[in-house]
Amino acid sequence: MKKDLLGIDDLSADEIYRVLETARAMREIGERPIKKVPTLRGKTVVNLFYEPSTRTRTSFEIAEKRLSADTLNIAVAASSVLKGETLADTAMNIEAMSPDMIVVRHASSGACHLLSRICRSRIINAGDGLHEHPTQALLDAFTIQQHKPDLAGLKVAIVGDLLHSRVLRSNVLLLTKLGARVFVSGPPTLVPRGIEQLGVTVSARIEEAVQDADVVMMLRIQQERMQGGFFPSLREYFTLFGLTEARIRLAKPDVIVMHPGPMNRGVEIASEVADGPYSVILEQVANGVAVRMAVLYLLAGGVEHETAA
Amino acid sequence: MPVVLDAGRIGRTLTRIAHEIVERSRGIDEIAFVGIQRRGVPLARRLATLVREITGTQVPVGALDITLYRDDLMRHSIGAQPVVGQTNITFSIDDKRILLVDDVLYTGRTIRAALDALLEFGRPKSIQLVVLVDRGHRELPIKADYVGKNLPTSLSQSVQVHLVEVDGEDEVEIQE
Repeated sequence: MKKDLLGIDDLSADEIYRVLETARAMREIGERPIKKVPTLRGKTVVNLFYEPSTRTRTSFEIAEKRLSADTLNIAVAASSVLKGETLADTAMNIEAMSPDMIVVRHASSGACHLLSRICRSRIINAGDGLHEHPTQALLDAFTIQQHKPDLAGLKVAIVGDLLHSRVLRSNVLLLTKLGARVFVSGPPTLVPRGIEQLGVTVSARIEEAVQDADVVMMLRIQQERMQGGFFPSLREYFTLFGLTEARIRLAKPDVIVMHPGPMNRGVEIASEVADGPYSVILEQVANGVAVRMAVLYLLAGGVEHETAA
Repeated sequence: MPVVLDAGRIGRTLTRIAHEIVERSRGIDEIAFVGIQRRGVPLARRLATLVREITGTQVPVGALDITLYRDDLMRHSIGAQPVVGQTNITFSIDDKRILLVDDVLYTGRTIRAALDALLEFGRPKSIQLVVLVDRGHRELPIKADYVGKNLPTSLSQSVQVHLVEVDGEDEVEIQE
């Protein structure tokens, strides 16, 4: 592994498999009566969150605690950011207290790359703007692998707000690296131009993308990032792109349905599907802890191809 | 590369240890094997099979990975993290007499880590240690209860245990 985990873009297929294999061992720890191992004892991990997050922050914190790291959370509302401090200054101040790792979520794409350049601590990207969310893609791949051991050749449909989704970008990069066939679909206003260059097939209709799919991944309509009308109404969106029972029947009989959360029921996904037998949405959440433990463990080691200071 | 134990010797040694375990264990229902990843696990399975052939009782077998409990993790600033193996103990170890199984006993640090790892799963009545080879050079006050072969070695040598399940053949050799 490199010093930091900034995005799936930096990982080789071998490194991805290494994370998934390590996560399998980490998952077992969560099933023990005492869900804790001493591995990161004495290490300090800072969770620096500039955007609201419940799932990801909680997941990282549980992962850190299960590995016995000392953790502290810095949330934007309670911090000096409101007093006008820049990201770089905040980071250098945290760095001065010598933590071992910093988990960062930020609304600007590339925020983690900036921190990576100025910090000696290991940086883990927990979502940066519209760019990447690598641990989400890793936990999605881990979840798929538990149902379909070989990702190569699988048809994966990703449907929804493709424009504002860092989950999409990280997932497309990861799935294509492992040889899956990725089909994406969404309203034309929410399909970024040039997305085909990532090696995906764009379908104008959700039915085409879902047809014979092994995996259907729904993306949230990110209303908080939308300034202006990308589609006429949520109701019309659901009619055209919502995942309904009728549409999921077009997929393979053993299809799994995924959603990175938080879900908008009745907008991108019908409640019957979200709670139905194909849904692995809560498994994704459970697997998130194991995958983040794997990432923390692997990054805590030495850096390959780099001499020690 | 002198071979110190061949397949036949390994088989006879394990049979002898299995008999000793049966002889020394009052209640066979109380015992359970836990193998340390990787080569302790197939050894534990073989011992359980031998004990079943002698007594007719199937003794539970678990697998324990000690990587996350190692005392040398994070001490090396260069190099990737060691691969974490699977831990799989599906039975309760509470009030069991646990037989911890490993291939080679050397510094004792692996066993220290295994004891810490195992005690997270419960409170066994006792833990005893079974090793195929004891090569000496202990760095911690740890001693095996059942030893396949005592093998005096120098620090510059290494002892390689090969097992059919992992390496395709049964053999113990010393490398300089």
